[in-house]
Amino acid sequence: MTDITQAFVTALQLLITFDSSLVEIVTLSMQVSLSAVALAVLIGLPLGAALALFKFPGRNGLVVFLNALMGLPPVVVGLVVYLVLSRAGPLGVLGLLFTPMAMIIAQTILVTPIVAALTRQVVADLWVEYSEQLRSLGATPASAIPALLYDARFTLVTAVLAGFGRASAEVGAVMIVGGNIDHVTRTMTTAIALEVSKGDLALALGLGIVLISLSLAINAATYSVKQRAEAAWA
Amino acid sequence: MNKATASNLTAPDAAISQPDRATILPLRAENVSFDAGGKRLVDSLTFTLDDRLRTFILGSNGAGKSLTLRLCHGLLLPSTGRVVWEGAARGEDPLKRQAMVFQRPVLLRRTVAQNIDYALKQHGIHRRERPGIIDDVLGRTGLTRFAKSPARHLSGGEQQKLALARAWATRPQVLFLDEPTASLDPAATHAVENIIDTMHAEGTRIIMTTHDLAQAKRHADEVMFIYGGRLMEKTPAEEFFNTPRSGEAAAFLNGELRW
Repeated sequence: MTDITQAFVTALQLLITFDSSLVEIVTLSMQVSLSAVALAVLIGLPLGAALALFKFPGRNGLVVFLNALMGLPPVVVGLVVYLVLSRAGPLGVLGLLFTPMAMIIAQTILVTPIVAALTRQVVADLWVEYSEQLRSLGATPASAIPALLYDARFTLVTAVLAGFGRASAEVGAVMIVGGNIDHVTRTMTTAIALEVSKGDLALALGLGIVLISLSLAINAATYSVKQRAEAAWA
Repeated sequence: MNKATASNLTAPDAAISQPDRATILPLRAENVSFDAGGKRLVDSLTFTLDDRLRTFILGSNGAGKSLTLRLCHGLLLPSTGRVVWEGAARGEDPLKRQAMVFQRPVLLRRTVAQNIDYALKQHGIHRRERPGIIDDVLGRTGLTRFAKSPARHLSGGEQQKLALARAWATRPQVLFLDEPTASLDPAATHAVENIIDTMHAEGTRIIMTTHDLAQAKRHADEVMFIYGGRLMEKTPAEEFFNTPRSGEAAAFLNGELRW
């Protein structure tokens, strides 16, 4: 019990003193996860909307596949990205392995299916309501996509938050492709895993507190903005 | 038609003039049927709509009135038969010369003015021309003070006025209306009817459904009566209400609907 108390005290000290290694790790983690989410949004929103609106052979199979990808094991994604980016791999010449860019790529692969699958569902539901009106106004499914995404914006915030949750919480993929190198690719989750195995529970706990607090803060901020905007636009 | 109110709604220097282009009318439905779930819901409709009249489609619930509107407007494809806009030029998209107002308007989560702007954009109207048209239709429909309000915050009647303004802005030659006043109070109904009459007076052909027989008596030039998916008669309004040709229509008017 005293160990845990001690760990909490040390964790708080690290937080209050703005410990430089802690700040470095937190900053890198946020950079990687937010970049991955931004890329996943750029890919996932149009992809999900297109899957909702365009009818083509094999669409149902693709939807099931996409939904299944939401549960991709991070370590497997990490392994595949590792193989692709390693010296002998097809993209080995880029020299990206064990860099933050490799971690962003791996997390983008993890987050994109979540954003795309949830977007598809939201846009499909909205299309039921809007289809006749928009087609009457002269819109085609393709030209309706921006309007539908815009009108679904409040619901889509939740999809993006789900994607961010996935990115910020996972450890397997960034561990494999980043390598948990101090000052280079060490993120909150990989550092926690390392410190626990080393027995430095205080730093691990401090990082854990920061991770959960940041996640809470981002979600709370987003939620309040969303609530206000939604009330204003119904 | 209430001429006084209609002229009040018309600004003399309006940005919207009468639809003076070659018309896409007449509309000819040839043997149009529509099946769903193994049932024939619309059965062998054949008719021609040419003059710029106000045609009211009447009939009981489930008779196929709304389906008929959607088939004519092109939102549904007929299972058999075809809908032809005979006046449409080669390569012209007849849909761009039509508009439809639904019982429950779907308004985008944007401002009132932006809702109209969206429709104009879909019709390929240049960005610079849009503000003038938007101001004009908002003025004509009494929505000017709501221009910057979120469209979904409007009352039911104002939302329907916006749907009409949005349709009006695109200068349709043909306006379809599917029970546009079914969920409105008498004052809003009156306002909506006035807007429709003004659009008609400026040359837009009106094709609408309603359950409000008094409304049909007030505004219809012609009635198409549909029963069980079949067109029973297409009759000048006065004649329809006085001496309907079909027994079904007589029963409908007497309130003794046969099922």
